[in-house]
Amino acid sequence: MRDFSYLRANSVEEALRAAAMPATMLLAGGTTLLDLAKCGVAAPELVVDITHLKGLDAIRVDVDGAFIGALAKMSHVAADTAIQAQYPAVSEALSQAASAQLRNMATIGGNLLQRTRCAYFRDPSTFPACNKRNPGSGCSALEGVNRGHAILGTSVACIATYPGDLAVALVALDAVVHLGERKVAVDDFFLLPGTTPHKEHAMQSGEMITAITIPASVAARHSTYLKVRDRQSYEFAAASAAVGIEFEPDGETIRDIRIGLGGAATKPWRARAVEDALRGKALEPDTVKSASRLAVEGAIAHGGNHYKIELAPRVVERAILKTGAMA
Amino acid sequence: MTNETILHLDVNGQTQTLTVEPRVTLLDALRDHLELTGTKKGCDQGQCGACTVHVDGERVLSCLTLAAQVEGRKITTIEGLSDAGGDLHPVQEAFLEHDAFQCGYCTPGQIMSAVACIREGHAGSDDEIREYMSGNLCRCGAYPHIVEAVREAAKVMS
Repeated sequence: MRDFSYLRANSVEEALRAAAMPATMLLAGGTTLLDLAKCGVAAPELVVDITHLKGLDAIRVDVDGAFIGALAKMSHVAADTAIQAQYPAVSEALSQAASAQLRNMATIGGNLLQRTRCAYFRDPSTFPACNKRNPGSGCSALEGVNRGHAILGTSVACIATYPGDLAVALVALDAVVHLGERKVAVDDFFLLPGTTPHKEHAMQSGEMITAITIPASVAARHSTYLKVRDRQSYEFAAASAAVGIEFEPDGETIRDIRIGLGGAATKPWRARAVEDALRGKALEPDTVKSASRLAVEGAIAHGGNHYKIELAPRVVERAILKTGAMA
Repeated sequence: MTNETILHLDVNGQTQTLTVEPRVTLLDALRDHLELTGTKKGCDQGQCGACTVHVDGERVLSCLTLAAQVEGRKITTIEGLSDAGGDLHPVQEAFLEHDAFQCGYCTPGQIMSAVACIREGHAGSDDEIREYMSGNLCRCGAYPHIVEAVREAAKVMS
């Protein structure tokens, strides 16, 4: 890890001033920044420690929604009884992510900004080509080992998967990222790679995530997160789904449904085609099965990740049926 | 030597002063500067759990924590686990009793993680223990005995 200077921010204003300077990175939980600094992917000249800032770790839930401060720890949000009751998909996504130690370190703001696990991105000394790290240098994953790579939202420049769980639940539940006063919907916060895979989110230089909010809804209260992976624990998703459902008073007809898809796309993916196909329909296994196929409309596989075209709709289908049985 | 900074760290109840570069992790500070080599360096990239310590009572990975970041926090390492008289912690006793290791390299991290796991209330069943201990890898594969040790220690500590 290259040496850097260290500044402990005493106020948000001080952190933002520093963040606007070149080659500067904010340090919260450290689980991404220090990891990537050791891999040689991140090489900040100045690290601004924001972990000593007061008041940015609040978790508040009221009738309008949830407010989660950027520095709230994953483990604390996952264990919050109001989050568990009103936003079960959020709590479940957090509990199934990483390990107990990492969840005690990683913050909610940092969690959103975690970088892809693409092995080529993470290994610059062996694989110089990576459009995300070094724009225009090429992509080693397109014809490489790409079992974990994305099938949705890809481009010819990049097929790296967004690895997080939390953001999948957040995109389903219409959460909003707060950058101080500026607010951006989670779905707009994350960018598709297109020709600029190095630009992953809508944040400008000198901005930082201060909080996320999640509007209250029946669908949020009746939500779940289903994660399928190669190991039972401590592994990123091969495919995952966050689903929330609101029924009509008849208890069968779907009034509102929200579906986030994880592990299969270049950004936290909202499966709107599946939602549109199910809204107004009765929740029946055959209907759900055929609608879930729409989750992978337009998907492109690159060899190793072909199985995700079959897996992702099945995970969506199972998550819908599971949520429907609970609602 | 151009960029060193003086830190005061609260480690196992004692204030330690050290002069380090800002990039020095808590793991390297403990092992190389404070001679507390009980905390082990496994992968050094946050994947194996060998470097687990407690910060303000919560288990974290010292390899992904800057020493500078934890100034003012209470750090507990495996050396700080036994009581003043030198008696082993119940989790340490349980690891011995249940032969919960082979080579022993992951053991300090396993024990620090297990102490927190039990304190968090996440040792209610073998499945729960396996889930909440999943951040600590054991390449000798001593997992069945580790689960036994955590389960039995949880009974003693309750």
